[in-house]
Amino acid sequence: MVGGLLLLVGRRRAREDEQRIVPRGTPDTPAETAVILLLLACAACALAFVVLYALDRLPHQTQLLGAALGVALLLFAAALILIGKRLVVTEELEEPYPEEERLVETHEIERIVEESGSRITRRRLLVMAGGAAAGSLGLAAVTPAVSLGPLLDTDRFYKAPWTRGRRLVDEHGRPYLASDIEKDTFYSAYPEAADPELIGSPVVLVRLDPGDLHLPDGREHYALLGIVAYSKICTHAGCAISLYRKPTFAPVEPRPALVCPCHYSTFDPATGGTVLFGPAGRPLPQLPLLRDARGYLRAAGNFSGPVGPSWGGVREDRARA
Amino acid sequence: MRLLLALLLALALPSLAAADPPDQGIVHVPIAPGTPLKKAGAELYAANCARCHGDRGHGTAKDGPKLDDVGALATDFYLSIGAMPIADPHQQPVRTRVLLTAYERQALVSYVSSLGPGPLIPHPHAGRGNVSAGMQLFTQHCAGCHQIAAEGGYVTGARVPPLGQATDTQIAEAVRMGPYLMPVFSGKQITNAQLDSLTAYIHTTRHPLDAGGWSIGHVGPIPEGLVTWLLAAVVLVGVCLLIGKRLRRE
Amino acid sequence: MIRRVVRYVDQRSGSAPLLLKKALRYVFPDHWSFLLGEVALYSFLVLLATGVYLTFFFVGSTARTVYHGSYAPLHGQVMSEAYKSVVHLSLDVKAGLLIRQTHHWAANVFVAAILLHLLRVFFTGAYRKPRDLIYYIGLSMLGLALLEGYLGYSLADDLLSGMGLAIGYAVALSIPFVGANLASLIWGGPFPGEPQFWPRMYIAHVLLLPLLIGGLLVLHIALIVGRHHTQFREKRKQTERTVVGMPAFPAYLPRSLGLALAVAGVLFLLGGLVQINPVWLWGPFHVGASTNGAQPDWYLGWLIGGLRLVPGFDVVVGHYTVVPNPFWGGAAFPLAVFAFLFAWPWLERRFGGDRRQHNLLDRPRDAPWRTAIGMAVLTFVFVVFVAGAADRIYVTFGLTYTGQIWVFRVLALVLPVVALYLTRRVCLELQEGERVARQRQLAGSSPK
Repeated sequence: MVGGLLLLVGRRRAREDEQRIVPRGTPDTPAETAVILLLLACAACALAFVVLYALDRLPHQTQLLGAALGVALLLFAAALILIGKRLVVTEELEEPYPEEERLVETHEIERIVEESGSRITRRRLLVMAGGAAAGSLGLAAVTPAVSLGPLLDTDRFYKAPWTRGRRLVDEHGRPYLASDIEKDTFYSAYPEAADPELIGSPVVLVRLDPGDLHLPDGREHYALLGIVAYSKICTHAGCAISLYRKPTFAPVEPRPALVCPCHYSTFDPATGGTVLFGPAGRPLPQLPLLRDARGYLRAAGNFSGPVGPSWGGVREDRARA
Repeated sequence: MRLLLALLLALALPSLAAADPPDQGIVHVPIAPGTPLKKAGAELYAANCARCHGDRGHGTAKDGPKLDDVGALATDFYLSIGAMPIADPHQQPVRTRVLLTAYERQALVSYVSSLGPGPLIPHPHAGRGNVSAGMQLFTQHCAGCHQIAAEGGYVTGARVPPLGQATDTQIAEAVRMGPYLMPVFSGKQITNAQLDSLTAYIHTTRHPLDAGGWSIGHVGPIPEGLVTWLLAAVVLVGVCLLIGKRLRRE
Repeated sequence: MIRRVVRYVDQRSGSAPLLLKKALRYVFPDHWSFLLGEVALYSFLVLLATGVYLTFFFVGSTARTVYHGSYAPLHGQVMSEAYKSVVHLSLDVKAGLLIRQTHHWAANVFVAAILLHLLRVFFTGAYRKPRDLIYYIGLSMLGLALLEGYLGYSLADDLLSGMGLAIGYAVALSIPFVGANLASLIWGGPFPGEPQFWPRMYIAHVLLLPLLIGGLLVLHIALIVGRHHTQFREKRKQTERTVVGMPAFPAYLPRSLGLALAVAGVLFLLGGLVQINPVWLWGPFHVGASTNGAQPDWYLGWLIGGLRLVPGFDVVVGHYTVVPNPFWGGAAFPLAVFAFLFAWPWLERRFGGDRRQHNLLDRPRDAPWRTAIGMAVLTFVFVVFVAGAADRIYVTFGLTYTGQIWVFRVLALVLPVVALYLTRRVCLELQEGERVARQRQLAGSSPK
């Protein structure tokens, strides 16, 4: 009797299940409880975020805010993952992949286009004229972009604000006396009354024994009493050369050098800024120096070569004012 | 996987590198009580320094510079960071375990500074310095090698030490004498007042404002990349593994 | 309630129930590695949300100003409005630092997730026809993401970002024949460029590139939906013609949303608890200033490695520089890697002879040559990447820099070959092991 009733119920259930789209799953009360607790904990953390935000002069506020928000999000995530894994039915569906191609429709589209042009006689010419129009319009559309920068004027890359007689000043604008420059250290200098933030402005000054200098031909007089000046901008990738090494005990230590901290190109100040090590492909541009009657350091002209990273043709020319 | 292993390995290595250096063969000369400081220094000098720096600090051709003009300043610097006596005079002197006692160092300083006229030990006052001025001085003169947060760095030919352990006196000494490949900054280039600011700034680099939380080294993107991969990527791949299935063939 | 909503939309759109029903029952094959792309997607959404917030505070200008804010070490320092606004946002705006750090971590994780996703797609052959176009779009997004990240890093105008820009400028200049013109177009003149350069970078970072990435993302996903997901052959009914998996609703939706929130949760936790790019410690950028140990974010580390490993030479003809040095490490190297990735589906078709459509994925061992070549390229890039950190490796572990550069040069040439050989061997051994196991199984079951 009871068995028959159960069978009946079971059959009805089975018939009902056949009509369902999503199959029936068994309840999982512990998981459900866990999800509810996780969501409530998430709400608490999210509210804590609001409270923490409202408080003033809270030490470690960024940390507390981040922890509250992060934990709230993670609790919500945990609840959702639990829902996905334990609370909703995970069916296994099958579906055919879309067909590789639909040739009939493709052919129809081709025909629609082809047949639409029955009144046209000089098709190729028309297409070429259309192409010319579209292409020219496209060109016209991008032309204003040339205003972004003078596209063809690359002359400015040769420019540096050094002219004969310009004084060398420090970062506060105080001019250097030749006697300020001491051995075994380095100085940053800028052109007086020019923008220090130009790539051609910063210069590094060091003083060596005049006897140790072996400057290239034609640059013998660039140095002043052993003081040499080079562009502070690395010829490799444009970083500032703010490293100077000098040996304390010359017999066993490396020779003096200017070094760039980006890729460690190393330049020899004694030989005209030639490359001792690293990826730089050309020496540092050298600034010729002179001393005025009052003892101030002045440029005797512009750099021996273009300043900063190289570009095509960079060797051709000296720096220009 | 290989990437992770390599990075893990890289993280594990510092513990090996941190092992104590071997004893460099310091000779502790027995000194009778009441011996004048300079005399004790002379004995210590003969036992520990003369082989490279020569008799009475005259120096040798290949192993050590002369010391008759370096004064108390340089002597105190090299001894107080433990760099001298050095095992191999052709290696970079670096900060290491100090093996000489304070008395022995004092005696040596007293002896070496008696060899000829030389600079005295400087006494900077970080408290009088201006941190902002110090930061600008540091950026200009020091950050190229020592890194802007004083975490150390590299210059071709030498490893540049971080300044976390340097005392104010040692900083001032290093600025004035330029140990190893470091430039020498005279009082004309960096005044004593500026030196105060410089030390004040270096103080802030020891306890920088880490408003963002765990500081991971103050050297920028390399540790940030390690955290991205070893922490964030690992956790998120873990979440993916938790949500998705692993491959199991029928 | 649900019926009412659907009817409302249906009556006004004319197609809702059909589309919606299709979407709800869209089939997702289940494998953990299929979620890596979603991690990237959700990082991108976090980037958009946090990025919008940052624009409310950021000033995209290089106009000079003097700092008088709450951070003492910067007092009285001359800096750009851009840098000042980032320091202010970080130290004086409530929750500002949390959002900024989350944004930066999200960028790091975004690219990491794209890379993991790319590796999955590559090593399982998911890029093959009919999904080659999806793969090309994905690669384009990776390229754009690298540029987008670089611009974000550069905008803050701190010491590190200025040095990064100088290097980018050098790489642009180094492009043969057109370098100077290109740099002139972008910067408006020699470095650090015209004042308009900053607004240009800013609009590219907050509008142009996100729009491009977002557009490609929509296309990427639309094409996936059109062609359906790939699948591993795990069950007999999973074939080239039939996709098997869970429906988008109810099974997949909570999983995917859970992942989205987990990504956001991890990013906000990092943003609050782990400091990233503390710009106030670096100080403002000046053309004449630099610091030791400056590095780009991790995803450009391979380029600094390339720049450091290339020996020092310029290609010079007479007195004319043709190819400046940074071209090799900074431009040719990444272009070659991307060219390889773009060309690979074609190369495989050309030399493997397989032009069929593929909906089933390979396991890496199933295609030994592809896996081996992929590992070789990955090894090469990874060695160069590590070389980019050689200076910090020296500071931390004491291995000389010059020595390392030579070691890395040799490793970059040798290790890929080793990886190629080893990977192929391992793949073939694994295949062999499976064949033996299968035969044993057959032998064990046949006597019955």
